[in-house]
Amino acid sequence: MIYGRGLRGLALVTTATVTVALALVFFYAPLDADQGFIQKIFYIHVPLAIVSLGGFVFGGVLAVGHLRTGDRRWDMRSYVAIHMALIFGIAGLLSGSIWAKASWGHWWVWNEPTLVSFLIVLLLFSTYQPLRFAIEDPERQARYASVFTIVAAAFVPLNFIAVRLAQQYVHPRVLTLSGGNLPGSMALTFYVSLIGIVLLYITLWRYEMAAKSARMHIRRLRRSLLDDEALPAMKRSAAPS
Amino acid sequence: MSTVLTVLRKDMLLELRSLETVPAMVLFSIATFVIFHFGLNRATIDGQLAAGVLTVTLLFAALLGVNRLFVAEREQGGFDAFLLAPVDRSALLVAKAAALFAFLAMLEVVAVPAFGVLLLGPSLGPPLLGLIAVLALADLALAVIGTLVSAIAVQSRARDLIGPLIGLPLLIPALIATARAAGPLLAVHGSGSPPGKWVAVLALYDLVFALLAYAVFDFLLED
Repeated sequence: MIYGRGLRGLALVTTATVTVALALVFFYAPLDADQGFIQKIFYIHVPLAIVSLGGFVFGGVLAVGHLRTGDRRWDMRSYVAIHMALIFGIAGLLSGSIWAKASWGHWWVWNEPTLVSFLIVLLLFSTYQPLRFAIEDPERQARYASVFTIVAAAFVPLNFIAVRLAQQYVHPRVLTLSGGNLPGSMALTFYVSLIGIVLLYITLWRYEMAAKSARMHIRRLRRSLLDDEALPAMKRSAAPS
Repeated sequence: MSTVLTVLRKDMLLELRSLETVPAMVLFSIATFVIFHFGLNRATIDGQLAAGVLTVTLLFAALLGVNRLFVAEREQGGFDAFLLAPVDRSALLVAKAAALFAFLAMLEVVAVPAFGVLLLGPSLGPPLLGLIAVLALADLALAVIGTLVSAIAVQSRARDLIGPLIGLPLLIPALIATARAAGPLLAVHGSGSPPGKWVAVLALYDLVFALLAYAVFDFLLED
């Protein structure tokens, strides 16, 4: 399967959406009466965190595909989904920390359920790469990684319930079951930013998939045209091969 | 079912004859209580602090058992033998989780009274029934997650490292619930029954992960 098809168009749409989102953030959305300019980091931080959590669950769904079919390409997809979600998650955690410092005066706030549960989820998924790296047989590595991913993806919602029950509400509840509590212009900016970050995630996911599958393709071609000795030795890596 | 009982009996017999796991867990717990005494510089503790100390100690002691759970299977070819036998593979999960649960229960029979004598300020008598209920639910969580994580970790190169690394974050919700449920029980004028909210969270956690572990465990044994 070729993952590069349509990637240019997708990349252009993503660039346009992110640009529009940033323009809305800086020129359209009103200044927050209480927090002022720093509140604008919210339009980046919250979508990053949401997309990162969604990426972890997406990775879990792809891992189910791997265990059901036994096809290693699903494992590759799941790996890339989690890899990207981890990067987005770290960015989300850092931006959240900056926001916390600016608006509450501390880099880290423990009585803040969303922040704490996000950290726990990130800690759990940070063990994904060490786990893969520690299992040498590629087939077993893929299978164990998928089992881990499914358990960890199911852990995400449960963890949020437990941590949220444990603390008082401090975080502004932006998205509640009864609808958002943002004024219209802020809500518009937020949703455009969210779409932009989602598109960014999809583009990067497709991009890494294209690079990985192209590399494997080249390796296969080389192997069929040249001897095995002409191939460069594979480096040990946590990535599926 | 008979497979479960056979494997469980094998594990119990092995533990009884070798005394490898449970005594180590007990000694580890008591040493940890002593360390907490000096670390906190307190003669007695109560309430949430006591619940936290007890929960953390039991968790780390459980990790010792988790690390050893599948070592005999891997080193002495038990996995191959089990796969050759015409039995349901999930039976291994149930049997191992039951064995770990039994180890934890044995540990607590010694460690909780020791905690009551060494560190706990209020008497252990009134909240005992509630505490047993909370610890039983917590042991179930530790047994299920511990077995799953141990089965993953035992096949990796750095198994003593990977097990706790994956297990700790996975167990955090269960630990929050256990510590919060035990907190009021161990308070000076505490209530006799644990808060229902936390017991419910713990039970939900047990249920979800027991079903999930049952669903995915087969894939860890395919070879």
